[in-house]
Amino acid sequence: METLFGIPTSLLIGQLLLGLINGSFYAMLSIGLAVIFGMLHVINFVHGAFYMLGAFVTWALLSYLGVGYWWALIIAPVVVGFFAVILERLLLRRLNDLDPLYGLLLTFGISLIIEGIFQHFYGSSGRRYAAPDGLRSSIDLGFMVLPSYRGFIVIASLALCVSTWLVIERTRLGSYLRAATENAHLVKAMGINIPLIVTGTYALGAALAAITGVLAVPIYQFSPLMGQNLMIVAFAIVVIGGMGSIRGAIIAGYALGIVEGIAKIVYAPSANTMVFILMAAVLLIEPKRFFWGSK
Amino acid sequence: MTETKTNTEELAVPSNRTLKSVGGINTQFAVALLLMVIIVAPWVAYPIFVMKVMCFGLFAAAFNLLIGQVGLLSFGHAAFFGGASYVTAYTLKTWDLTPELAVLTGTAFAGLSGLVMGWVAIRRQGIYFAMVTLAIAQMFYFFCVQFSATGGENGIQAVPRGNAFSLIDLTQPAALYAFVSSVFVIGLAIIWRVVNSPFGATLAAIRDNEDRAISLGYRTSRYKLGAFVISAALAGLAGATKAVVFQVAALTDVAWHMSGEVILMTLVGGIGTFFGPVVGALVIVALQNYIAGYAIPISVVTGTIFVACVLVFRRGIIGEMLYRIGNNRKN
Repeated sequence: METLFGIPTSLLIGQLLLGLINGSFYAMLSIGLAVIFGMLHVINFVHGAFYMLGAFVTWALLSYLGVGYWWALIIAPVVVGFFAVILERLLLRRLNDLDPLYGLLLTFGISLIIEGIFQHFYGSSGRRYAAPDGLRSSIDLGFMVLPSYRGFIVIASLALCVSTWLVIERTRLGSYLRAATENAHLVKAMGINIPLIVTGTYALGAALAAITGVLAVPIYQFSPLMGQNLMIVAFAIVVIGGMGSIRGAIIAGYALGIVEGIAKIVYAPSANTMVFILMAAVLLIEPKRFFWGSK
Repeated sequence: MTETKTNTEELAVPSNRTLKSVGGINTQFAVALLLMVIIVAPWVAYPIFVMKVMCFGLFAAAFNLLIGQVGLLSFGHAAFFGGASYVTAYTLKTWDLTPELAVLTGTAFAGLSGLVMGWVAIRRQGIYFAMVTLAIAQMFYFFCVQFSATGGENGIQAVPRGNAFSLIDLTQPAALYAFVSSVFVIGLAIIWRVVNSPFGATLAAIRDNEDRAISLGYRTSRYKLGAFVISAALAGLAGATKAVVFQVAALTDVAWHMSGEVILMTLVGGIGTFFGPVVGALVIVALQNYIAGYAIPISVVTGTIFVACVLVFRRGIIGEMLYRIGNNRKN
């Protein structure tokens, strides 16, 4: 048996792969938060509920209407995105010129309402959802057997993260968005519809959370409170990556997944707190930013 | 992304309405009124309900010391409240400490935790500060879930109340009520002292304009850390007392929803007003008791109040009252 640093190689690589899969979820949730934070300066406490709603739509489509996974992957983000547009137009917009902390409190209240309603109707236990037909097999990698659905998650999340980053860094729309983040008044004066961009950004962030929810259902099942603790981890990742930095959030998300994977081998109970230890370390060591965020 | 502030309305109260004023009435009168209410309350409502309100009222007042006086919104105060209740419950049950010592041990633990959390968190401001406190409190929550002494999912149950100072039997309702109300009054008195001291004045200066305070030669981060520790210790005092009253310590008190709940209480009563947090605690605890008999989930109701307060009632009950009184004076 081969060993690396005194750990069996297969165990190490296996844990790294599992960590990478967790990291995929972290990264996808964190970019949504980072995009919203960059544009609206709001810490979006509804993010965990958006993620849960994405999972719920997927589960409900199959249970009530018999609509499958691949359709859900398109329908869920649209539904949740539309819901986010309503929230932003009706409620968040009213807090525009107030302290951003009010946005945090408002979204916290909204998440309590949403999660409370779902808990009332669906209880707290998980509801199963099978992986889609084409992805039920496993791939034998020689040192371990990887369920193909989990492999699909890593690829899908990488594609999603990279495309989001490209949209923001390399397109005209993205440049409006980045400019508006820097100086909204100036961009407004150039005749660009800022309120529309703000609404769009919020819907985009919500849609990203919903897609993450769709990807999560076959693995984590659907339950009303599934987003709660995951969201706090995503918050910490956004802090580690540099608030509002897309690239930072992606890198920090995947990195954390891998670090957690290693922590599980070394001392299992420490895995949960790894993210917060990293965050504290980042805050104590660096003066301003850890990764070079998109300035 | 720079941490610039371009808000027309600050979250912290404007300086003309600090914690110092008890609403245009003089201090002696306010204190007399408070004592009257404490003495009359057990005849009007269930004593256990009144004690619950006092515990949460002190918790909210401690949280408010930070947001109202220094302008720092902590989203991690559940760690102090719940952490102290765990320590108190554990020392009462396992070490057979007398209740006043157990409560003090819990309070000291919360103060030390506040020193650690504050040391990391005060490097950031505003929304960043809130995120960091939330994350560190969540770390403490996971620690409580995994640490065997906390009893995991079950918490610590059947905590004995014991004899205060080895001679007052706290299983007697009247004795317990006297004990809790003493803690409550002492806690509020400490906050009052802090706010009306030179230290409190410096804190207000930091809240209103930190750069100016720095240029005057104040080491603002030390003042902030001091305020954080005092606030954490008092939040712990409230949690410790709650453990004695309800004879349990459980995960709900360390979970981040509790941090949210104390913000809600303070917001409902009026951020930065002296009695606001206590009134807010009364309203929220009463609501939760009232709703418990209905089919509506409690979190839906608290969430709705949260949304409503943020959108249309940002001054809170006491804050709104003070605002109206102030306006009448001007006219």
